[in-house]
Amino acid sequence: MAAACGKVLLRAALPARWFSSSMCRMNRDGEPTKFQPPPKPVIIDKQKQREERRFLSPEFIPPRGRTDPLKFYMERKDMIQRRKVFNIPEFYVGSILAVTTADPYADGKTNRFVGICIQRGGRGLGATFVLRNVIEDQGVEICYELYSPRIQEITVLKLEKRLDDNLTYLRDALPEYSTFDMNMKPVSHLDHEEIPVNKLQVRMKPQPWSKRWERPKYNIKGIKFELPEKKMKEAQKWKQPWLEFDMLREYDTSK
Amino acid sequence: RGDWSEDCWGLCTRSKEPDLSLSFLVSGACRAIQKLTRVRVVDNSALGNAPYHRPPKCIHVYNKTGVGKVGDKILLAIKGEKKKALIVGHKMPGPHMTPRFDSNNVVLIEDNGNPLGTRIKTPIPYILRRREGEFSKVLAIARNFV
Repeated sequence: MAAACGKVLLRAALPARWFSSSMCRMNRDGEPTKFQPPPKPVIIDKQKQREERRFLSPEFIPPRGRTDPLKFYMERKDMIQRRKVFNIPEFYVGSILAVTTADPYADGKTNRFVGICIQRGGRGLGATFVLRNVIEDQGVEICYELYSPRIQEITVLKLEKRLDDNLTYLRDALPEYSTFDMNMKPVSHLDHEEIPVNKLQVRMKPQPWSKRWERPKYNIKGIKFELPEKKMKEAQKWKQPWLEFDMLREYDTSK
Repeated sequence: RGDWSEDCWGLCTRSKEPDLSLSFLVSGACRAIQKLTRVRVVDNSALGNAPYHRPPKCIHVYNKTGVGKVGDKILLAIKGEKKKALIVGHKMPGPHMTPRFDSNNVVLIEDNGNPLGTRIKTPIPYILRRREGEFSKVLAIARNFV
C-alpha cells in the first residue's frame, strides 16, 4: 500500500518528465533537448530498381512512318522468338563485345572477333552493329546482323557507355583507342549497378579527317579537339541554333 | 586521301602544305579499288616495301566492271614497273559479316598466281578461302585471318 502510494506520488510529482525520454538526454548546457525520432530506414528494393531500369534494345522501336503496325508486330514476334533461342545481351555503343560466327571458310568453321561497338543501326530483324578493332596495325570493322542465324555467340566483355551515340570518329583517332586484345578477359558487371559512362576524350590524328567532326552537326563530346581557335570558331559557322525551336520538326518529346 | 600513317612517300608529309604536284582529283566517292586508286602493299616483298616518291597505283582492274573488290586481280604501277596484284581488303563496306579495312590492301602477285613476298602480317578476310584453288599460295603465306 505504501509502495503503491509512493508510486502514485512519484507519478503525480513528475507527470511530464516521467514519460519523456529527455530525462536521459541532456544538452551540453544541461538543458533538455527536444526528442528527435530515429531516422526512417531507407528500403532499397533492388528488384523494383532493376524493373524500372529495364533495357529496351533500340531495334524494337519502330521508325516513324505510315507503315502498317502489323508489319512491326510480326517482326517483333520473330525477334522475340529468336531471342528465346539465342541470348542477345544488353550492350551499348562503346561496349566491347566478342562475337563468334559460323563461317564455312574459317578454321573450325567458327570465326571469333573482338571489338568495340561503334554504331548500332537498323530496326527490326535487320538490326546491325559494327565492331571495330585494330589488328597488326590494320583497322578492321565488321558489321554484324543481330538476328542472323550465323551468329553463334555474343559475349559482352566490358559493358559501358560513351559520351556519344556514334563512335565512327574512332577511324580518325589514334589507333590506341581502337585496339583491344583478342583474348581479353570479360570485366564483371553487377546487375543492379548503373551502366558506367566512360568520359574518355579521344585524341585524333592530324587533319584531314573522314568527316569534319568539329562541326556542331555531329555534336561530338568525346573528342579532345586540339585544333586552333580559328578553326573551332569557323566550325561554329555551321551551327543551326534555330533547329531546336523549329515547331514543324519532329523530335523526341519523351524527356 | 590516303592514310596519314603511310604518307612517307618522299616529299609528301602532312605537316607541310599540300604538294601542288599532286593535282589529281581526290574524291572519296567509290571506295573500292578502281583505276588510279592508291593502294597499300601488305606483303614483305622488296618491290612493295621499297621507298619511292610515288605511291603504288592501280592502272587496270581485271573485271567486267572497272571496280575491284576483295579477290579481284588488278594491275599496279610500282616504282615505274607494272605488276599484277590481288586485292585483299578495301575501305568500301561490303556485305554484312565481312570485314572492312581502314586501307586498300593488296598483295603483289605474278601472272601465274605466285605471290612475290613470303609473309603477310595484316589480317586477310576468310572470304578469300572460297577460291582456294586460285589463291592457295597467297593464303599459305598469310598469317592472320579475320
